[in-house]
Amino acid sequence: MIDIQNVTYHHGRSLILDDVSLRLKKGGITALVGPNGAGKSTLFALMARLLPLQSGSIRFDEMEVGKTGTQSLARKLAILRQEANVASRITVRDLVGFGRFPHHQGRASEADEAFVQKSLHEFDLASIADRFIDELSGGQRQRALVAMAFAQDTDYLLLDEPLNNLDMYFARSLMQQLRALADAYGKTIVIVLHEINYASGHADEIIALKQGRVALQAPPESFMTAENLFAIYGMDVQVETFGNRKIALHQV
Amino acid sequence: MPRETPPQRPWIRVTLTTSIVAILLCLILISLSIGVIETSLADLFSQAADGEGLLLLSRLPRTLATLLAGASLAVAGFILQTLVQNRFVEPATVGTADSAALGLIGVSIVLPDAGIFSKMLVGSLAAFVGALGFLALVKRLPRTQPLLVPLCGIFYGGVISSVATFLAYENDLMQYIGIWMNGEFSGVLQGRYELLWASGLIALAGYAYADKFTIAGLGRDTASGLGLNYSQTIHLGLAIVAMVTAFTVITVGMLPFVGLVVPNIVSRFVGDNSRKVLPLVALVGGTFVLGSDILGRVLRFPYEIPAGAIFGVIGTFVFLWLLLARPSRA
Ligand SMILES: Nc1ncnc2c1ncn2[C@@H]1O[C@H](COP(=O)(O)OP(=O)(O)O)[C@@H](O)[C@H]1O
Ligand SMILES: [Mg+2]
Repeated sequence: MIDIQNVTYHHGRSLILDDVSLRLKKGGITALVGPNGAGKSTLFALMARLLPLQSGSIRFDEMEVGKTGTQSLARKLAILRQEANVASRITVRDLVGFGRFPHHQGRASEADEAFVQKSLHEFDLASIADRFIDELSGGQRQRALVAMAFAQDTDYLLLDEPLNNLDMYFARSLMQQLRALADAYGKTIVIVLHEINYASGHADEIIALKQGRVALQAPPESFMTAENLFAIYGMDVQVETFGNRKIALHQV
Repeated sequence: MPRETPPQRPWIRVTLTTSIVAILLCLILISLSIGVIETSLADLFSQAADGEGLLLLSRLPRTLATLLAGASLAVAGFILQTLVQNRFVEPATVGTADSAALGLIGVSIVLPDAGIFSKMLVGSLAAFVGALGFLALVKRLPRTQPLLVPLCGIFYGGVISSVATFLAYENDLMQYIGIWMNGEFSGVLQGRYELLWASGLIALAGYAYADKFTIAGLGRDTASGLGLNYSQTIHLGLAIVAMVTAFTVITVGMLPFVGLVVPNIVSRFVGDNSRKVLPLVALVGGTFVLGSDILGRVLRFPYEIPAGAIFGVIGTFVFLWLLLARPSRA
């Protein structure tokens, strides 16, 4: 369970997060949506102790962020940042291998190697495992970063716009992989999405953030209405039902 | 759909390492056999077996000093580049060496009778503070302009260097500045270079933290996400860089470009993963500096050109070539 209580955050004078309280149950996929600048990335950074909390508290099960050692947290949660611009000239295999660092602190066991191999296969990276990441396309690099977070093998996975740069084949397959991870291993995945239909199609719950406040938290069926989308994004969007899914026709 | 391509990198690394080791061995033999006093290698070794003579007193120390200085400076450059996340920095151009010199001048003025140990301590500390200052400065620069970082470092180093020069001038210590800032090995004798072993050992100790440096090089957020104590790692790396720099400055003098050129060349072929790359960086660093020293000894025989000057000239061209011939990236 992720328990966020009364988190308020200021950048200088401007208020970025305004008394955010959220409770996410363990296991499953939660999509975090909201307009640009709503504070999604800031909330993630606070959850992953990349920014210091100014007020309020965040807990992952029994671990309280800010009171738990950074190494223990690295075995509890993995984060993929939105602007993870890794400039080093290291191979995909090495990058994914560093995902195991929290577990072995530099001394990889055979089990660690095996897990890296599994991550490479899982994200279709085996064929480019020995390429340098600075020689990959944006989408390939993005998949390598997701694979690194996966290799960290944590209960909680925070992914900030992981679909950036992915073509529709890889975008959908990433969502399906996350679904499988949540279902098979009981992982708790929180994912920032801009494409609301991915949230509708793959998440168990959707949380909307707007101007630093929680605007709505609901399962996709009740979240996906024209009124809600208007309230969050300020635009008229037609919502249609196909089979058991609700799809927003926002591109047209 | 996935197309399996065989991994090629290990092959490159092994070939590169073997050829460099071969070249290095040749250079060591050459370095031992050339000098103003003519003697054959066989004579040198037979004298050395008796525990005396040119080999043990001067030729071997000189050869070892070049290797140690070259290897540890290259390693220091690599670590600094990794931690600053910029390929264009090195201790000589971003004020670390100047800070060490400033510290040494300071201690020479305040405590003229200080022993070598306290001098080293102050020199290293000053270099460390200088490196921290540079890092704090660089943090404010826009990440989209990587060339601003070395430029800023050159200004920063210039300011520190002029303070050091001013103090040295006022206190009649100018000759030291010249000695500290222009690396050369002609004065190396047994008993006068051994600090470089410490420098080499410190560089070696850096290898124990290779993974941590690589992870820190991925950026603060990624590193913290992996549970790395980021600022501790940065401080540790800078301490290594500072000590290597200060030890080199005081024993043989700074050798600019070694820490810049060598890591760039090596990284180009085998990448940035410190654990795999650091041994090769040390090897290439030692080889290049020894090569420069030999060139400096033979070009105007029996006079000598300082190794630092030779390396500076060659290094500049190699670096320009690297800069211009960089493969275009997607
Ligand atoms: N370093 C910063 N300094 C000042 N304001 C910032 C900084 N980083 C983010 N912000 C502001 O915080 C707000 C929330 O940003 P962010 O969390 O990145 O939003 P989102 O991820 O939802 O698009 C934005 O208005 C942004 O301008
Ligand atoms: Mg964001």
